[in-house]
Amino acid sequence: MPFYVSPEQSMRDKADYARKGIARGRSCVALKYAGGILMVAPNPSSALHKISEIYDRIAFAAVGRYNEYENLRKAGVTYADITGYQFDRHDVTARGIANWYAQTLGTIFTESNKPFEVEIVVAEIGRQAADDQIYRITFDGSVGDEPGFVAFGGQADQVSAALKERYSEGMSLAEAFAAALAALAAPSNGERQDVVAAQLEVAVLDRARDHRAFRRIRAARLEELIAEGRAADQKAADQKAAEAAQAAEAPAQDGAPEGSGEAADPRPPIGPGAASSDDGSGGDAPPRPA
Amino acid sequence: MDSYFGGSQPDPLRPFGGGDGDAGRARGSGVRPPAGFLGLQTSSFADFLASYSPGLMPGRAPGPGVSLGDGAGGHAIRDLPHATTIVAAACEHGVVLAGDRRATAGSMIAKRDVEKVFRSDEYSAIGYSGTGSMGIDVIRLFQVELEHYEKMEGRSLSLEGKANRLAWMIRGNLAAAMQGFIVVPLFVGYDEDADRGRIFSYDPLGGPYEEQRFYSIGSGSVFARGSLKKLFVDDMPVRDAVLASVQALYDAADDDSATGGPDLTRRIFPVIATVTADGFRRLSEAESEDYAEQVVQGRMSEPDGPPAHLHAAG
Repeated sequence: MPFYVSPEQSMRDKADYARKGIARGRSCVALKYAGGILMVAPNPSSALHKISEIYDRIAFAAVGRYNEYENLRKAGVTYADITGYQFDRHDVTARGIANWYAQTLGTIFTESNKPFEVEIVVAEIGRQAADDQIYRITFDGSVGDEPGFVAFGGQADQVSAALKERYSEGMSLAEAFAAALAALAAPSNGERQDVVAAQLEVAVLDRARDHRAFRRIRAARLEELIAEGRAADQKAADQKAAEAAQAAEAPAQDGAPEGSGEAADPRPPIGPGAASSDDGSGGDAPPRPA
Repeated sequence: MDSYFGGSQPDPLRPFGGGDGDAGRARGSGVRPPAGFLGLQTSSFADFLASYSPGLMPGRAPGPGVSLGDGAGGHAIRDLPHATTIVAAACEHGVVLAGDRRATAGSMIAKRDVEKVFRSDEYSAIGYSGTGSMGIDVIRLFQVELEHYEKMEGRSLSLEGKANRLAWMIRGNLAAAMQGFIVVPLFVGYDEDADRGRIFSYDPLGGPYEEQRFYSIGSGSVFARGSLKKLFVDDMPVRDAVLASVQALYDAADDDSATGGPDLTRRIFPVIATVTADGFRRLSEAESEDYAEQVVQGRMSEPDGPPAHLHAAG
C-alpha cells in the first residue's frame, strides 16, 4: 500500500474513473436549428429528467450519475434565480451559469475523493440564431463553447462524428430531430432500434415563445415529430437517390441505396434548401453539369 | 460577496453541514442553512434567500430611527408613494383582477400609470395595496418563488400552496409593516380541479382568507365593494365581470382621492387581467380602453352608474 501517490497519478486515476462512468451511459445530443436549440436524450423514465429548464432562455442537459447531476441542476436553478432576482431577468446568462458549473466541478474534481461522473451542457437562445450558445462542462471543470451541435456521454465520439455529417445551419425542427436520432443510433452501426416516444426525452428552447422558452416535447407531439423526422429523412434519401441517378451516367459511381435513410453517405450533407425543394418525384432532379 | 459554497472555504463536500458566518443564520425560517447551492433541502426560494442573504428579503426592517411618528421620518413615510384600489371578481370558469393606476404621496399624485396587477404564474395573478416600493419587492419575490418551486420540483404548487406561501411572505414583512410600510395583496387563481376561479385576501399579518364571489382592497375598496355588491352576478361571463370591475374602479375613483379613474386624455386605463382555464391574460391597452370608454359613456347619462333593481324582476 503506497504511502505516497504522485499528484499526476491521482488526477489521472480520477479522470479515468470519471470518464469510464460517463462512457457507461447513453449519449445525449444538443443542436441548433432555425427556431432555437433541440436537445435529445434516450431516457426510458418519464419522471427522472436529463434535460431541464434553468431559466427563461436557458436549458440544462446532463449525462452520468443521476443524483450528482440532479444536485447540480438544482444548484444551477438556484444560482440563476438569485442572479435574476438580485439584478434583472436579462442579466442571467448561460455563460455565467457555465462558469459557475466549471468552478464547482473543478473544485469537486480536485478536492474530493470521488469526482462527479457527470458531463453537463448549458444552452441558451438569443434573439437571433447567431446569438444562440451551447456550452459543455466536463467532469473536471473544463468548459468549452460548442459551435452548432454537441454530443456527450456514452460513445460520444461516434455520435459526434455522425452528427457532424448530418448537421447544417438553419435546419427545421424535423430535420434536426432526424439528424439527432440518426446520430444517436450511430454506435449501434446505424441500426435504429424501434424509435419509441416512450424511450426518448426531447426538449427545445423555442425562440418564438414568450418569457419561458423551454418546452418539453412528449406524447402526441413527440409521435408527430418522430413521423416528421422520418419524412425529412425520406426526403433527404430521395434527393440523394435522384442525384445518384443523374450522376450514374459517369462510370463507376456507387448509387445511394433507395428507401433507407440511415446509411452513412460519403457525399457531403444536403443543405436545407435541397430538402425543402424536393417534391418527391425523382425525375425533377436539378440540372448538373455532365 | 460570499463564495457560493458559504463560509470562507469552498466546501462542496458537506452539503448538509452548516456554513460558518452570517450566511448561515436563517431567522425563524426553520431550515438548516445550506453551504452554498449544493445539497439544498428546500424548494422554496424565499426560504433559501432568508438564509443565503437575508438582506435581500423585502421585509428587512428599515432601522430603529424610522417610524410613522410626527418627526421628519414620519412625514417621509407618509410621502412614500402608496398604491390603492384593487378589485377581484369571480366569473364563469375563472376570475378577473383589475387595479387602478394612481400612486399618491401625501396629497400629491406621485405617479399616474402605476401597475399594481401582475402575473404571478400561468394560472394566478396578484395585486397589492400599500407602499408602492415594498409591494413591488414582495411581488417580485413571490413570482420568483413560484417559478423556482416549479423548476425544482417539476410541478407547480397547488393554488392553496401558493396562497399559503404568500401569507408567509406577508408575515415576513411584519417588522416593516409595524413601522408603517404596509403591503396587503389580493391573490387570485384558477383552480384546475374545481374548474373555477378563487380569490384570497390578506391582512398586514398574513392570512390567507378565501373570499367568495368578489373582493376589493385599498383605500377605495369600501366604495368598490359597495358598487360590486349591486352589479355582481354569480357565474357571470368574463366580459361582464370585467365590465363590472371597471365600473367598481370608477366608483372607487369617484369617492377616493387616492384612486385614479380612467385617464382619457393620456389614455391610461386600469390594468385588467383574467385568469381562466386558458391561463393568465392581461387585456391589451385597446381592450382596456374599450371597457373604460363604455363605462364613461354610460356615466354621461347616468353619473352614478347603472342602477340596480329596487324590486325583484318579474
